[in-house]
Amino acid sequence: MLDSNKDSLKLEAMKRIVAMMARGKNASDLFPAVVKNVACKNIEVKKLVYVYLVRYAEEQQDLALLSISTFQRGLKDPNQLIRASALRVLSSIRVTIIIPIMMLAIKDAASDMSPYVRKTAAHAIPKLYSLDPEQKEPLIEVIEKLLADKTTLVAGSVVMAFEGVCPERIDLIHKNYRKLCNLLIDVEEWGQVVIINMLTRYARTQFLNPNANEVLLEEGEEKEFYGSDEEEGKEEKVEKKKPYVMDPDHRLLLRNTKPLLQSRNAAVVMAVAQLYFHLAPKAEVGVTAKALVRLLRSHSEVQFVVLQNVATMSIKRKGMFETYLKSFYIRSTDPTQIKVLKLEVLTNLATETSISIILREFQTYIKSMDKDFVAATIQAIGRCATNIGEVRDTCLNGLVQLLSNRDELVVAESVVVIKKLLQMQPEQHSDIIKHMAKLIENIQVPMARASILWLIGEYCEHVPKIAPDVLRKMAKSFTSEEDIVKLQILNLAAKLYLTNSKQTKLLTQYVLNLAKYDQNYDIRDRARFIRQLIVPTDKGGALSKYAKKLFLALKPAPILESPFKDRDHFQLGSLSHLLNVKAGGYQELPDWPETAPDPSVRNVEVMDAVETVLDPVLAFRQVPEWTKSSSREKRKEKKKVEKPFYSDSEDESRLTESADSDSNTGSGSESSSATEESDSGSKSEDSGGESESEQQEKPNRKADKSSRAQRVTQETGDSERSSGEERRTAKKTTEPRSESESEEEGKESSSESSESESESETESKEESEPDTEAKRNAKKKAITPRAPDKPREEKQEVSLLDLDDFDLNPSPRVNPVNSFMSSSLVADLEGLSLTHSALPPPTISPTFSSLKTYELLHRLTGEGLAVGYCFGRQPFVRDPHMVTVQIQFTNHMDTEARNLRVREPRLQSGMRIKEFPEIEVLPPGETVTTVMGIDFCDSTQAANFQLCTHTRKFCVSIQPPVGELMAPVFMLENEFKKEQGQLMGMNEIKETLVLGEACQSDYAIVQRVTAAANVGQVPCGSDQEYSSTPPPCSPLVSRFAGKTMTSNSLVLVTVITKRDRTAQLTVNCEKMVIGTMLVKDILHALSQ
Amino acid sequence: MIHSLFLVSTAGHIFLEKHWKSVISRSVCDYLFEAQGKASAPENVPPVIATPHHYLISVYRDRIFFVAVIQTEVPPLFVIEFLHRVAETFQDYFGECSEASIKDNVVIVYELLEEMLDNGFPLATEANILKEMIKPPTILRSVVNTITGGSSNVGGTLPTGQLSNIPWRRTGVKYTNNEAYFDVVEEIDAILDKSGTVVFAEIQGVIDACVKLSGMPDLTLSFVNPRLLDDVSFHPCVRFKRWEAERVLSFIPPDGNFRLMSYHVNAQNLVAIPVYVKQNVSFFETGSSGRLDITVGPKQTMGKTIEDVVITVHMPKVVLNANLTTNQGTSTYDPVTKVLVWDIGKLNQQKVPNLKGSLSLQSGAPRPDENPTLNIDLRIQQLAISGLKVNRLNMFGEKYKPFKGVKYVTKAGKFQVRT
Repeated sequence: MLDSNKDSLKLEAMKRIVAMMARGKNASDLFPAVVKNVACKNIEVKKLVYVYLVRYAEEQQDLALLSISTFQRGLKDPNQLIRASALRVLSSIRVTIIIPIMMLAIKDAASDMSPYVRKTAAHAIPKLYSLDPEQKEPLIEVIEKLLADKTTLVAGSVVMAFEGVCPERIDLIHKNYRKLCNLLIDVEEWGQVVIINMLTRYARTQFLNPNANEVLLEEGEEKEFYGSDEEEGKEEKVEKKKPYVMDPDHRLLLRNTKPLLQSRNAAVVMAVAQLYFHLAPKAEVGVTAKALVRLLRSHSEVQFVVLQNVATMSIKRKGMFETYLKSFYIRSTDPTQIKVLKLEVLTNLATETSISIILREFQTYIKSMDKDFVAATIQAIGRCATNIGEVRDTCLNGLVQLLSNRDELVVAESVVVIKKLLQMQPEQHSDIIKHMAKLIENIQVPMARASILWLIGEYCEHVPKIAPDVLRKMAKSFTSEEDIVKLQILNLAAKLYLTNSKQTKLLTQYVLNLAKYDQNYDIRDRARFIRQLIVPTDKGGALSKYAKKLFLALKPAPILESPFKDRDHFQLGSLSHLLNVKAGGYQELPDWPETAPDPSVRNVEVMDAVETVLDPVLAFRQVPEWTKSSSREKRKEKKKVEKPFYSDSEDESRLTESADSDSNTGSGSESSSATEESDSGSKSEDSGGESESEQQEKPNRKADKSSRAQRVTQETGDSERSSGEERRTAKKTTEPRSESESEEEGKESSSESSESESESETESKEESEPDTEAKRNAKKKAITPRAPDKPREEKQEVSLLDLDDFDLNPSPRVNPVNSFMSSSLVADLEGLSLTHSALPPPTISPTFSSLKTYELLHRLTGEGLAVGYCFGRQPFVRDPHMVTVQIQFTNHMDTEARNLRVREPRLQSGMRIKEFPEIEVLPPGETVTTVMGIDFCDSTQAANFQLCTHTRKFCVSIQPPVGELMAPVFMLENEFKKEQGQLMGMNEIKETLVLGEACQSDYAIVQRVTAAANVGQVPCGSDQEYSSTPPPCSPLVSRFAGKTMTSNSLVLVTVITKRDRTAQLTVNCEKMVIGTMLVKDILHALSQ
Repeated sequence: MIHSLFLVSTAGHIFLEKHWKSVISRSVCDYLFEAQGKASAPENVPPVIATPHHYLISVYRDRIFFVAVIQTEVPPLFVIEFLHRVAETFQDYFGECSEASIKDNVVIVYELLEEMLDNGFPLATEANILKEMIKPPTILRSVVNTITGGSSNVGGTLPTGQLSNIPWRRTGVKYTNNEAYFDVVEEIDAILDKSGTVVFAEIQGVIDACVKLSGMPDLTLSFVNPRLLDDVSFHPCVRFKRWEAERVLSFIPPDGNFRLMSYHVNAQNLVAIPVYVKQNVSFFETGSSGRLDITVGPKQTMGKTIEDVVITVHMPKVVLNANLTTNQGTSTYDPVTKVLVWDIGKLNQQKVPNLKGSLSLQSGAPRPDENPTLNIDLRIQQLAISGLKVNRLNMFGEKYKPFKGVKYVTKAGKFQVRT
């Protein structure tokens, strides 16, 4: 049939062959006939032939070569699907001769236009590597190239290839680290798993251990008193010498992986959980618990794996799962393996407070039908009893009751556990030993019998009467016992002989004689050894003196440990961890480095700008309100500005875009991030990266120009959802034309150009030319930031058109329902403060009252150029660790100042600066305000830099008051108190003061404090403090909270006002220097 | 990554194998059979088995073992999750995932597996994409195929979804009736103890959607009381940031059926248990018999009727037979599996269902000291027991008016009463 020229017959034949393969029957003798059809036109036949080829090519290498030329042709096909599948099959047939061809094909495909083909190329890399490991070097080059790829489609696959080929080449990741972190959320789920696992390893080599200080303490503690609580650790943590500052990249990773906990894919959730477990500061690991518990609802296989990991985690971080205790309760329908694992977790979680509930649960489990599970429960009870001293007696009593159980297995297991427990405090429990001695007649399980005998022997002093009797009985049945019991009988005999030789001498002799002729050599040996040791003979006197010491030495009690105790040296979630053996290809999780390697290796110049804009945490921002007057005046200079601006090189304009903190950033981010942020959905991605850059540029020019005069309160972050963004912007700009504008067609507008065009009732000064998508996008962006007032608008428009020959009209944008948007904007803002309390406290917009302006450059020293600065108290958009500094330039000269810019910042180590965009021209008499960001590293060291004009340089420095080094956080009163409780001791600074005249009222205090420091007031929760008539004796309390910019450590301020104008000021902060300085500042502010 | 895949029936018959790298002999499955022999039930077979050269990761679903053979370190959940995805795809394609249906459609299965994995790494697992590449079998098409001698069931073009930023949706969807249905399904997981007090209870819910909308609709679903939701997980289409900020589900849906989100209701809220159960199961010391008496009644149902109530009891092994009478529904006892099933149906406020009777035990055997647990199954239509309510569904991006519908159902999940 395969030779037929009818496709349908061929198809039928191939289907049968595939069915044969599926059943595992050998179909290799059909190879020649099948290979012929590789060039078949019918796509389904072709696919099936491929399936066949991949399976059998390895066995028939020569014949397989016949097909290669077809694939080579396929690699040049204009259809990306065919190119990809040709590469796929070519790389899948394991024929060594074609390795060079494969290599070439992979190299070509790696630079293919289509991301799908590039993805296939990434897949092909490990295939080739497994076929011929000698190709490693060239393959690494390809991987390096593909790692730089910006599409989400490729990212997962290439990291997979990286892991397969060269997991040790961590240096390849440096440049791509931030990109991978940012792309992560949009990568397909399987890729996410691989990337997260890889990044975990990477982070372990590149960052410092966030728990370093605690680990040391923990270890020390463990030796002394294992099981002590965290509190101790925390108290000592207070005294740690060097404050740990988390690398921003480390933080970036943690932050970007967190949303993935909400993934529907269990593997992704697990990957994130292990990442947090291995990398996050102790306090943050808890966020993963909820998601892990959720996985317990999934299929039983998933539960099995998750519980294994939870068991390991629960040993190290007990508190993490405590609240979810009940989720680990066992149902009678669970498979046994899951029951046992749940028990393990419950046992690990048991604490003094929860033990009673857990024990009650255990009691019901003991009645279960599943005997293996009952046995496991008994062991679990034993472990609880050893770990928690308070309940030892209760457990013991419970276990003793079990001794009368009908089921032998249960009894046996309890005997074994009781034995272990009794060893801890034998003195008090002789009655239990007596009870057990009686049981020996009924219990048949050898392990249990042996345990009882050992107990009696060990503590024969406590039961002097019974012990010889037991021995007598055992001697009778000696021959029929199991080996393990026999050994214990011998032990018992020996011990009794030593303590009570009068009664037992003969018995011992008898037992020893019996043992002498036993079949088992162990028993014979033991008998001989004991005889020599204890029975006094002429020769062996030397040792027998010590016999008593040997046999009756005090034996340490066994420690009942979890089998999961040491598993955490394997990366969680890995196969090796599950099996507790190293699986093939397992990459050890490296230890934290002592000192952090240079973080600058991750810096990528161009990427940097894009990333920071994308940064999801910067959920919102507000461009400061500038003085209105300046904007109007500036319009005059518009034209002047334009020329030099456009003559700029491409690079520069892009840079300006990214560095510009103006309204354009929001829209700019869309274009530059088209690849990363999926929602903007711009198809440009498919057509390759080249067009992208073009796109970016055009809007920038316009945007930049117009943006100066404009102020828009805008929302990025969430609003990378571009539609929302555009709408909002549109609303703000309230142009008269907005009604006539076309409706925004969602994100797809650009692709469905015809539709949106028809809708837009064009303003019709210009004709609407059918434009390319790229231009359309560009236009969209260009319009958004247009200036508010009309007259200027017109003027600008014309100029824009002249310059860029765009038509502005068919601008697809602007949303129908304004009210909806505004409400959602409000909701956005609200959402920030209302997020779940488990999240780190969100930064809230500052509650400052007035801005204090400082002088940077006096007009005299600046030769007519006066520069002032103030701290904007807005979150700096591109970097959450930076303090926003507003700089105001005023030109008092009579000539214009040009090219105002920052140069040569001389900074303390760790400090960073984000310059303001260069100001091209400042005409005489004009004032201009711009924004720059400085990361002061939580110190009040001044940031020095040069301020340049086209003629002169001035050395200036900005020194922040301590109060500006923080951002307010929103927290509730009880949260505040909780945090405060953790920052006692050296971290607390108290001062009493007399309030100044002007600040008697509650309100004044709030004013003063917020003016002195950028902190947010904590809303008072309890009525007592906020009721209109406070009880006479209770003082007024105001609380404020903030966190430092760089290290995010909390700063808590409390002012307690007493009746007699005195007040007590308390500042709690982990950074003592900041605390002390802050106290001084606030003191000053309040007592004035 | 995944080296080979074997599908094994419970009887130990390997009925499909597929290799992505070199061929691995099917004898590796012997290790699985060994483990299966040791385990009392197929569910108890450990999911991960280490053999000298390979690792077997298996998933048991619909009476089939999906066994993946791997050679190197890989996150086990990765494989497990993938195998489940495979099973779901089969289910989606063939309506059921059984040995027979897989054997009937072996070619499609092969084509699917070929697309889902490349060199052992998942390639395309989204149902929407797969369906574009390989069309699912339908009766109509199979008829056409037999008459005309075969139109292809393989799509010739690259699924556009795979390249776009929304890989879960195919482009060019057209419907004459545009409709979007959402089912809010909540399950009560609870353990009640002997006296009827709640040991543990929680509500887990899912929102399953069936969206048949043309074009590229952008949907927004909001809740009246989103604060109820404690822990959520989403289909990748849901914009997480929007949820974080506004507690609104905003998404471009996949085409067809999918699970939009699953959630867990805040544990602090007390769970209203809709039924009460009074039970008394006892075995007599002498005479090798026992007595059983179960009463079920509605409680806190918020005016809705409870339907499809079924009580299942796994009896101890020594129970030979049961002689039971009931005033509502039917009860059967299977002496082989030792399972007692009492199918009650609707619960009435007036007449309280009761099951009473005697149990006969194996003579001579000791009285069983364990008591069986009662598993309860029930269903309440038009009620989400947590009180969750969908506020509204808005659509952007398309101009037509879709037909929208939301349905609420409450079911019993793992609802057990200990005795």
